[in-house]
Amino acid sequence: MDPSRLPAFLLRRGIKAAIVILAIIVSNFFLIHAAPGDPASVMAGQSGAADERYLAQLRTQFGLDKPLLEQLWIYVRGMLALDLGYSHRQQMGVAALIWQRLPPTLLLTGVAFALAISGGVTLGALAARRVGTWADSVITVIALTFYATPIFWVGLMLVLLFSVVLGWLPSFGMNSVGADLHGIAAVLDVGRHLILPALTLGLFYVAVYARLTRATMLEVADQDFVKTARAKGVPEGRILRRHVLRNALLPVITLAGIQAGQLIGGSILVETVFAWPGIGRLAFEALLARDYPVLLGVFFCTSAMVVIFNLFTDLLYAMVDPRVEVQG
Amino acid sequence: MSILTIEGLTVALPAGADRPHAIEDVSLTVERGEILCVVGESGSGKSITANAVMGLLPKSLPLRAGRLILDGIDLRAQPPEAMRKLRGSRMAMIFQEPMTALNPLMRVGDQIGEALAVHGAPDRGRVQELLAAVNLPDPVSIARSHPFRLSGGQRQRVMIAMALALEPALLIADEPTTALDVTTQMQILRLIREIQQRRGTGVLFITHDFGVVAEIADRVAVMQHGRIVEHGTAREVLDRPQHPYTRALIRAVPGFPKGGGVARAQGRDVLRVQGLEKTYHRGGWFSAGKMLRAVHDADFSLTRGETLGLVGESGSGKSTLARCVVRLVTPEKGEIYFDGADLRPLSRAAMKPFRRRVQMIFQDPYASLNPRRKVGEIIAEGPITHGTPRAEALERARDLLAIVRLDPGAMDRYPHEFSGGQRQRIGIARALAMKPELLIADEPVSALDVSVQAEVLALLAEIREREKLTMLFITHDLRVAAQVCDRIAVMQRGAIVEQGPVGQVFANPAHPYTQQLLDSIPGRAWTPPDLGEAA
Repeated sequence: MDPSRLPAFLLRRGIKAAIVILAIIVSNFFLIHAAPGDPASVMAGQSGAADERYLAQLRTQFGLDKPLLEQLWIYVRGMLALDLGYSHRQQMGVAALIWQRLPPTLLLTGVAFALAISGGVTLGALAARRVGTWADSVITVIALTFYATPIFWVGLMLVLLFSVVLGWLPSFGMNSVGADLHGIAAVLDVGRHLILPALTLGLFYVAVYARLTRATMLEVADQDFVKTARAKGVPEGRILRRHVLRNALLPVITLAGIQAGQLIGGSILVETVFAWPGIGRLAFEALLARDYPVLLGVFFCTSAMVVIFNLFTDLLYAMVDPRVEVQG
Repeated sequence: MSILTIEGLTVALPAGADRPHAIEDVSLTVERGEILCVVGESGSGKSITANAVMGLLPKSLPLRAGRLILDGIDLRAQPPEAMRKLRGSRMAMIFQEPMTALNPLMRVGDQIGEALAVHGAPDRGRVQELLAAVNLPDPVSIARSHPFRLSGGQRQRVMIAMALALEPALLIADEPTTALDVTTQMQILRLIREIQQRRGTGVLFITHDFGVVAEIADRVAVMQHGRIVEHGTAREVLDRPQHPYTRALIRAVPGFPKGGGVARAQGRDVLRVQGLEKTYHRGGWFSAGKMLRAVHDADFSLTRGETLGLVGESGSGKSTLARCVVRLVTPEKGEIYFDGADLRPLSRAAMKPFRRRVQMIFQDPYASLNPRRKVGEIIAEGPITHGTPRAEALERARDLLAIVRLDPGAMDRYPHEFSGGQRQRIGIARALAMKPELLIADEPVSALDVSVQAEVLALLAEIREREKLTMLFITHDLRVAAQVCDRIAVMQRGAIVEQGPVGQVFANPAHPYTQQLLDSIPGRAWTPPDLGEAA
């Protein structure tokens, strides 16, 4: 893409993203109203705290005594000011709660994501380069195994092996309980806690990327421009890196964009298995407790993440592939 | 001393192929400063010969015997690394398909620069020199462009610049102009000629087109089934072909019309197109968008029994115009009178009876037949949707296969079991199944080999006579148009710029663009010798 068109692109996409987020807020609002009965008592009742004060607070928050359109306006205004409501169960504002839980999730998913991309592309490229040899078969079998195995089961087996049998790595939480660590030691402690959940979350995607990279590299290797490169005497290694791999990465980027959006929500299972204090576990707990304000807050937050990651992927794609006409 | 000597070259085919060797006992020489054309139809082994020289044969095609000497170097004795160093520096290759032969993600200048860099010859100024040498305007900005910004002709120039980067002794060109428009083709042929003369490069030029041979070759080798069947100077082979295969190929080259020519049918109009306009818009919600006037000022009419040729280069709007007539594309304006009724405003349902009466034959015989259906069903499908009982439709499909000279056993086979020419016959049978009054043929022979092309054209001519069909024949190939059409309409940028009887348009072109098209026909100076009927 021509860099001079970047600001216009960002502006157009920004407007579209804002429209999508607004639509999410509106559908959130109607989700509350889709619940049968008085939304306030439903919410209060479900969260197990049906005292008058809470009901009154809910009514004012959502403006339930006013006409529907005005309620919508009040709700949207609140959301735009990032006022996500109050969780009676947690005795905390939802925004503050999410803000507290977001960094661990971003850390976990970010590491898993990086692992998936780097590991998957490397393995896929190796397999494609040695297609038909034993190395290719080994990589393909390993990838297929992780692809086919349920993610929680991989997690449990990793815990069994590295925590229970070998005792090398902690099996739950983000910090060692009771240890008051600072500086490097604290970072290393979090790092040790991070390994198993990140592996669990990442391995499935390592397999996906390995398979995708291998397949697209083999496809690209058959294309005419690779033959052109060979005909002009480019060494094989360079052909593989500069001509084959670069073109094969385009579908990988597309998939990575989809995955990045899903990672926040998709970490629920892993966070629960490993007791990782992130958004996913928050959502899971809120679901069990029917803590509506928290659920809606998480829903809003993850949707916004998807929108942002989509925007980012499109931008990256346009940077890598000059043919993409950046339309708004 | 010859630049390239090939002696007794034999390349095996994988087990189970229709013949044991892809090429067998091929011997050729290319001298310094000459162009050797290797001519043959698809599958004759001409590309395999070229790839064998470059050391680019796939593993499934092993080199069994023969010697390859490039400028005194025995290529078969070279280890892979030495071959790599020779490729691009001493011998270079350009390919058929300029649209896919360049890396889409790399700037053009970087791709040429890479050819220099991998042989240890740095320099950026050289890249621009090369781009200027292949007559590309504004080399600085071209070097910074990605391939998708360039037209097919420009890309092919880039390929040539890249091949010439290190002044190789041998240039192999594998059908370098086949995918290009006729005017662009002429420019590229002239460019290759000019550069080759200036630098004394030996050129091994692969083509299937005798017009191109006549235009560019010093010497010619004709290949059939992996063997060289005839070999000689261009004059000898073109004017006095000896081998039956060469004679058959040259006989299949369409000649030019002689004399004035008169429109033969004097009946009423079957089709009259007036004031038709089709404009394509592109753009998003927030951007202004672009506009392309695909068809405008393209009035024409067709008399019963007549064949009108719609000629023009790619992007001239000839296919869009034809598709408007069958309403595969909906034009914004104008009238399409078919047998007195205006088709343009008709609804889908109202259009249906006319669909039967107007049928289309498509360009790509590989893509236009559903690969999951049997040939019989493909042919019978149209009549069945229009209410013919299934058994009757299948019976007629069987007759049609006989008409297009295919075995009735073809009914129960799938399209992939047939060759390109056979598939195009199936396409014709499919169109005829509807008993159309108007047949629209969109480049029906441009994907076919020359001899197959001649057969299909002969078949079309015969069917047209017998069924009294009116035909709109779209082609980019003026030789073909001259052979099949009564009248010709020349299209340029969406408009018909000239139309008239074939003989008149060819003899006295009125519009400068028509003139330019005619001048660009390769081998225009060469008239195929009269070889009589097939022996």
